[in-house]
Order: sequence, then structure tokens, then C-alpha cells
Amino acid sequence: MLTLDNLRLEQGSFRLAADLSVATGARVAVIGPSGAGKSTLLAAITGFLAPASGRILWAGQDITRTEPGARPLSILFQDQNLFPHLSVTQNIGLGLDPRLRLSPADHARIEAALERTGLAGLGPRKPAELSGGQQSRVALARTLLRARPLLLLDEPFSALGPALKAEMLALTAELAAEQGTTLLMVTHDPEDAAALCPQTLLVAEGLAHPPQDTAALLANPPPSLRAYLGA
Amino acid sequence: MARSLRQLIPAALSASLLAALVLGTLGAVTIRAGGFSALGPRDLDALWFTVWQAAVSAVISCALAVPVARALHRRRFAGRDLLISLMGAPFILPTIAAVMGLIAVFGRRGLVNGALDALGLPGMTIYGAHGVILAHVFFNLPLATRMVLHGWQAIPSERFRLAASLGFAPAGVTRHLERPMLRAVLPGAFLAIFLVCLTSFAIALTLGGGPKATTVELAIYQAFRFDFDLGRAATLALMQVGLCLGALAISARLTLRAGFGAGLDRPPVAGLTGGPFTRLIDSTAIAAAALFLLVPITLILARGVPGLADLPASIWAASATSLGLAAASTVLTILLALPLALAAPRTRWAEAAAMLPLTASALVMGTGLYLIARPFVAASSLALPVTLIANAALSLPFAVRLLIPEVRVLQADYDRLAASLNMSGWARLRLLTLPRLARPLGFSAGLAAAFSMGDLGVITLFSDGRTQTLPLALFQLMGAYRMDQAAAAATLLIALTFGLFWLLDRIGHHADPR
Amino acid sequence: MKKTLMLAGLVAAASPVLAEDKPVLTVYAPDYFTSEWGPGPKIEEGFEATCNCDLQFVAGDVLPRLLLEGDKTEADAVIGLNTDVTARARATGLFAPHGQDTSVLTLPIAWTDEVFLPFNWGETAFVYDKTKLANPPASFDDLLNAPDDLKIAIQDPRSSISGLALLLWVKAIYGDQAPEAWTKLAPKVLTVTPGWSEAYGLFTDGEVDMVLSYTTSPAYHIVAEGDDTKAAAIFSEGHYFMTELVGQLRTTDTPELTQSFMDYILSDGFQSMIATANWSYPAVIKEGFLPEGFAALPRPEKTLFYSETEAEALRAPALEEWLAAFGN
Repeated sequence: MLTLDNLRLEQGSFRLAADLSVATGARVAVIGPSGAGKSTLLAAITGFLAPASGRILWAGQDITRTEPGARPLSILFQDQNLFPHLSVTQNIGLGLDPRLRLSPADHARIEAALERTGLAGLGPRKPAELSGGQQSRVALARTLLRARPLLLLDEPFSALGPALKAEMLALTAELAAEQGTTLLMVTHDPEDAAALCPQTLLVAEGLAHPPQDTAALLANPPPSLRAYLGA
Repeated sequence: MARSLRQLIPAALSASLLAALVLGTLGAVTIRAGGFSALGPRDLDALWFTVWQAAVSAVISCALAVPVARALHRRRFAGRDLLISLMGAPFILPTIAAVMGLIAVFGRRGLVNGALDALGLPGMTIYGAHGVILAHVFFNLPLATRMVLHGWQAIPSERFRLAASLGFAPAGVTRHLERPMLRAVLPGAFLAIFLVCLTSFAIALTLGGGPKATTVELAIYQAFRFDFDLGRAATLALMQVGLCLGALAISARLTLRAGFGAGLDRPPVAGLTGGPFTRLIDSTAIAAAALFLLVPITLILARGVPGLADLPASIWAASATSLGLAAASTVLTILLALPLALAAPRTRWAEAAAMLPLTASALVMGTGLYLIARPFVAASSLALPVTLIANAALSLPFAVRLLIPEVRVLQADYDRLAASLNMSGWARLRLLTLPRLARPLGFSAGLAAAFSMGDLGVITLFSDGRTQTLPLALFQLMGAYRMDQAAAAATLLIALTFGLFWLLDRIGHHADPR
Repeated sequence: MKKTLMLAGLVAAASPVLAEDKPVLTVYAPDYFTSEWGPGPKIEEGFEATCNCDLQFVAGDVLPRLLLEGDKTEADAVIGLNTDVTARARATGLFAPHGQDTSVLTLPIAWTDEVFLPFNWGETAFVYDKTKLANPPASFDDLLNAPDDLKIAIQDPRSSISGLALLLWVKAIYGDQAPEAWTKLAPKVLTVTPGWSEAYGLFTDGEVDMVLSYTTSPAYHIVAEGDDTKAAAIFSEGHYFMTELVGQLRTTDTPELTQSFMDYILSDGFQSMIATANWSYPAVIKEGFLPEGFAALPRPEKTLFYSETEAEALRAPALEEWLAAFGN
């Protein structure tokens, strides 16, 4: 279980408070107006933003001061998820060993992950030689191998077309389900939330609300969300 | 947080070494002198001339760089990339060779006066304050052009496309796109060149025409050599450090980070490249700049070719020594510069420390090192390490300045990803930092090697009388009446300097084929 | 770091290996001295043939270095000092008498100094190209009154020995009228170079018509290049004497060896070789010491010279006059 215990985030004049928990294995959409602090919340959970006060816990363990790479999570950013100068295999291999000392067994696992994400045979290529969808798959394959219990998505597929985005989200959800990964996913699209995430975490007006049932929330949105959805 | 402090340790070590090298040596000289001594009116004249010529040189370099960079940005022609690279050559040309080349073009018996004479026009003279400025523009126009060209390339082509779609006349483009860019880029270019010219020493010597063109660095040299007045040398050096630090402080305030963007060198937007008239202006600017920058080098290269076969065997040994020194001081430059550049986006002191050597007087630095080291070791046994450290320190500011913008991009793009993947220490350096910085590293290494190749060894106090470098051999040939062999040695020196620069720059490009 | 050290090692290995077990004589010398084309190697060869020692030159700014080091200096002897610095060198008290009989010297002036010993000499002179300048000035006055398009290159007295000698030359001829002389000369001075080499390079490139050099300079072109177009203009007022000196240090740890080096200076072996090794007159000229073309060089009728104390007293005011004339 992910617990944000009386968490207070500050960035300049920006303030965000969160006091909530997310159950293990849950799939939660993070939704809210632009600038409300969705990415800031993810940055804090990942460890890129030290909270002003409060704690972050995973499975009861305080990870507030843990280095980002040592936290029990993987994150996919909006962009720059791959190193352009490394091959697909190397990019994925970083998920197994950040020093890239890969054993034959590791290579076999990378091959399997490539296979699983529909990238078989593309291992030697550089990211620039791949399509946008394939690049997303590489990043996803890496999270597969890292096998961290929590996966954060900061709109990594927003640059893809609608069909491709839906396909990638579906694949992500499928992989998360297979591994029992807890998924936290920022989105602008209520349809994505409705399709993939039983629960939704609303970030608005300086507060991250505890996860609620997505269908109920969308059917009867509070005023701050209603203005955003334009409904 | 402990980790991020730990990451700064290499930068702190590098910064301490530089501070000791620049400020510690000045302190040692001052202590030996028993304090600072008062300056005479001539010293103040030197100070004024130094500031004045540096400011004028920087203004002219920047003013000329604008049309040249604009033309290079707007025009596409065969050999453009090669021309851009070649036009950078004066910046790394050994001073001694550059002065010979400028005299061959602008001297009393040079090309320009020959042409003026043939046309029945009165001649011009290169000797005097304007000669110093001409030489400084020759050296620094490449730097200014490069910085301004980067500014142009950093304007997103979408803006130019927008301007074209709104039917902007060239004047409109200038007003809305180019002038704001220039306002951001030119102060930085001005101050960079101003600083380089402040501490210029060798240029002012032959082209200055006489004692009117005395710079602070030259006054330090004379206080030391002619009067053996260490106190005055220390006071002058302190003044020079103060002056440079002042200029650096202003530069830090004025320079906008955006202006340093590397630029993607996209082709210009059709419709904004102007008519035949602007094309004529652009062609003239490019041709004039290419002639100004390349003819002196070509002449000096050509002059020495016939003598190459007659060069004594010892020249080849001296060349090998110079190449070895250049290789070693290049490695040292990068080892000292990289930690500072990596730390610079996070701490202010890192960049400041990197700029310190720009402010130093080489002579005071050498004397101070000598005073510090002498009680412990024989000076001649330190010849090699001291030469290496001094050379590395003098090219380090340029290396760090080149690296910082790329480091910022690297950190903005990949810091989070690397951290989230737990990449750190050597793995991060090997897998991320070095490959992504290969280009500026190659370029910096090329500069460092070139500067080291041209170094005449100002630190003669440590000379062991045996290690002979190529520039020193060149000078000694001149001193022994062998002017033709000296010209051949100059040709060899230029060829090796450019070759080394080109090789290292290529290696950088090869390691990071974007 | 390891790589640097390795490279540094390679560079160090490239320099010659020193002879071991022999006593070492350390001699400080100017930069130009120790190159293959300077007199250093021949002196080293000549002396080592008899001394069973290792003569090591240390090149650089001789006097500033001595002043910095004081009595802790490693030098046993210094070579290549000029008369302009002997007063300050003497004042250090570091030098011991040379112990040579100065009556054998064949200088154009009397030399009785017991500490500093001349090993070669010449005079300041303006050198020109006979094929380009048909009527060179015959006197300093002629030079001052020559049209201003006669261009000359001189050296900065603050950084060059010959530049300083020019100051004293002008002072010796014109005395109190030196400022006027400088005012007349200034328009003809194309540029002032930091050292002799740069000025002489301007001359051989045809950039200037005359260059401040030495009466002995044409000897190089005649003897080494077979080129007799270069000549020194001989002035009726006389020329300023310049000599290079050797001195031994009181602090030497090998006094006998150092003394034998001093003895070597005026020996035939040294004196017969120095004319073409350093392109100047030997301090002791004997039959055959000068090659033919060298011996035939025109000689000034008068040699001008200030004693060390006079020169030291004149240095600062003469420099002020010079600076003033050049508009500073």
C-alpha cells in the first residue's frame, strides 16, 4: 500500500497537500485541472521533490528520504524515457543493472521482454530508428524487467495518436495486472480513466483527494472537476 | 542530500587547485615582495590602455560578427560547413604565427599595401594601437561569429515560419526575432572577448608599435624583468585579477542562458532569405570574413613550405615533445574541467572557479609556484608538471564554458531518468555523461591541445634547458638568424596545431553521431 | 590521472639521459643560449672534453632567477649576463672573482673588472640591405635627419638588452639633447619589438629598411649563407659597446671545477669557436679566430661605453626620455 501521510509539497508559491493511501494492486487515474499539481505529486512520490513535511510510505516503510532509483517504483515521463545514444537492448538492460553489466541470463530476459512488448528483433536499434509507439514499448519493456511494485505514468503516451495511445494504455494495464503492479497514471482524458482505472485520484485546489470510484466521480463531478471537464 | 554533496567533491578539488594556482601564487609573490608597492602613472596608463583596447576589440568583433553570422545562417552553399570550421582557425592559431601572418597581409610590404600602392592610394600601417585591435579582432571574430551564429540557430524555425506566414518584411524579422536574440547573445560575446583581450600579452608586443600600447600583463613582465620589482608586479597582477573578476561578475548578470543554446542548424525558412540585394550583402560579408581570417594563415603556411625539407632533425624531436605535452595537458584540462562543468548548474562557485585562470598573470603564476615549490624540490625537476598544470589551467575556462550549456541540456533531459534508474558514479559517467558530452568534450580537448601546442613556456623559471618545445625551437631559430627555418617551423606548428584540434574534434563527433 | 602521469613519463623519457657519476657543473644561461643553434652545445662539448664533468645549462631569465634564489641558488656559474645588469648582480654579493688575466683581452675598451669576465662582444648598429638601401646614413645625425619614410625597427629597452643599449648609445652621443634626438627618430620607428628576434625577422621579411642589431650581424649572412647584401651602417659618432659576461658564484659546491670553467673561457679552444657559434667578436682575437668574411667587416672608428655605475644611474632617466618621445 502507498501512503501519503500528511504530505505537504511546496514549490515557490505553489502548495499541495495529500493525506491518502492507494491499495496494493490498484489502478488509479490522477486527474485534475492543468497546473493543479498532478506531475508535482508524482515527482514527490518518485523522489525528485523533497516534501516540506509529511511522509511517503510503501508497505509501511518510510521512503520519504530514499534516493529515487532505490524506491520501489518505476516511472515513465512525458518524454525523454530513453537514452538516444544507447541501443534498445541497453536501454532495457538499464532496468536490470544500472551499470549495464549484463549476464547471458540477463540478455535472455531482455529478449523475452522485447518479445512480450512486440519488439522482437529490434534490440540492436537506436531509439531514433523506432516509431513513437515502439519507443513507448521499449520504455514499458524496461519497467517490466525492473519489476517494481509501483508504476507511475506521467502521460508518457500523450504524443501518440488516439488509437496507439489506447493500445499502449491497454498493454500497460495488462502488464500491470500480470505482475500485480500498483498503477498511478496521470491523464487528461476522462475516457482513459474510465476505461482503465477503477479508481481516480482528484488533484484540485491545492489538495490531492483520496482515490474514489471513477464511474461515480465522473458521473457526479465536484465543481472544480466539472469546470475542467467542461461538462 | 549527503550524496549530492559527495558528488561535488571532485569539483571542489578542482576549484581548490585553481584557486591555489591563481590566488595562492599571487599571495606567495606578494609575501616575498613584502607587500604591494605603489603604482606609477605609467602603470595607470597601461591599465587604461588595457581596458580601452579590450573594449574596442570586443565591440568591433561583435559588430562584425553580426552580418557574418547572419549571412552564414541564411545561406546554404557547397563547403559551408567546412568554411565555418576553417573560419574558427585564428582562435587556436599560435600567437607568434598569427602575428607573422597579419604582417604578411597588413604590413608595410604586405598584400594590402601592395594593392593600395598599385592603385596609387596612400598606404596604411598596422603598427600601433589599431594593430593590436586588428590582431584581437582577427583572433576573436571567430569566437564572436560562433556565438552569434548559435543564437540564430537557436531561434526555432517555427518562429521564422510564423514571420513568413504573417508576411514580415526583412525589417520585421529583424525587429521581432533577431534583435531580441542579439540582445541576449551579444553581451555574453562582448564580455567573453573583452576578457580574453584584457590579459593579452604577446599580441601587443610587436604590433603595438611602441610603449603607448602597453598592457597590464606587459607591465607586469617589465616590472619583473626590467626592475625586478616584485611588489609592483604583484600589485599589477592584483589589479588585473580585480578587473577580470569585475568583468566576469557583470558577464554573469548579463548573459542569458537561452542565448547559449547549441542550435540545430536547420535550413533557413524559404521566403525570408531576401532578394538579390541581401544576397549580395551576405556574399560580401562571408567573402570578406573568409579573406580576413584565412589569407594571413594561408600566407604564413605557404611561406614556410619550401623550408620544411631543410628543418633540422631536432625540430622533429621538439614536435614530439610538444605533441606529448599537448596530449597530457589536454587530459588534465578535461579532468579538471568536467567536474566543474557538471557542478556548475547546481553551484555558483564552480563556474566562478573555472574562470579564475582567465584573470591570472602567467608570469606571476609561474613566479609564485616557483617560490612555493623551491624550498622543497629543485625547480627543474618540476618543469614538466608545472608546464602541464599551467597549460591546463589556461585552457580550462574555455573548456568549462563550452561544456556548461551542454551539461544543462543533459541534466534537464536525462537527470530524472538516470536517477529513477539508479544510475550513479562511474556507471553514469560512462553510460550517460561521457557519450552525451562527447561533442563539447572533443571540441574542448581540441582547444586545450591547440593552446598547449602554441604555448611558448612563459614559465621559464622552471626551464631545465633541455626540454625543447616546437614554439621555443621556432623562437630560438629566429634568435639564431635562421628566419627561413623559423618560417618552416611556424608552418609545421600551425599544421600540427590544426591537425590535433581537428582530430580531437572529430573523435568527439564520431563518439556522438547525432 | 594515471594516464597523465604515463604521458608525462613518456615526455620525460624523450629528453636525454644524463651522464652519471661525474661531477655536475650547473651554469645559468639565457634562453637563446642552450638551443642547438646557440653557443651552448659547443661550449658544453669543448669544456666536457677536458673537465671529466657534466656541464648542465639551465636556461631562463638569469638575473631574476638569481635574485629570487639568493644564496640558495644551484648555479655554480652564470653565462650571458650583460653589462646593464652587472651592477645589480654584483650587489647580490653572490659572485666571486674570476681570477683571469684581463690584459689578454682584445676589446676596443679597457676591461679591468675582477668579477665579470667578457667572452664575446660587438657593438649596436643598424643593419640594412645594400641592394635596397643604396645610401645608408653615415652617422646617427644622418639617420635622425633621414626622411620619415625610412622605416626602422627597434627593441623595447624594458625587455631587450639591445633596446637598452640603444638608449645608452643615444645618451652617449647626444647627452642632454637625447630627448630631441628621440623626437626625430620616433617617426621612423615602424614598431618596437619585445626582443631582437622579432625585429630582425621584420628586417629579413623586408618590412623595415633598417633594424637595430649588431656590427657583427652581417657576418652570419656572409659566412653561413654566402650572402653579402646585409651590412651594418657605420656611424661616425661611434657605436655602443656590448659584451656578454661570465661570473662564478661564491656559493658553488665545486669551486675547483667552477674555476676551471672560468679558466676555459679565455682559452683558445673557447675563443676560436665563439665567433661563429654566437656571431660576435671573441674577447681574445688571435690569428685564425675569425673567418675571412667576419674579419673583413667594417669597424667603427669609435666605441662608446658607459661604466656599470654610469649606466645604472642613466637607465631610469634615459627610459623616461624614451617613453616621453614615444608619446607615453
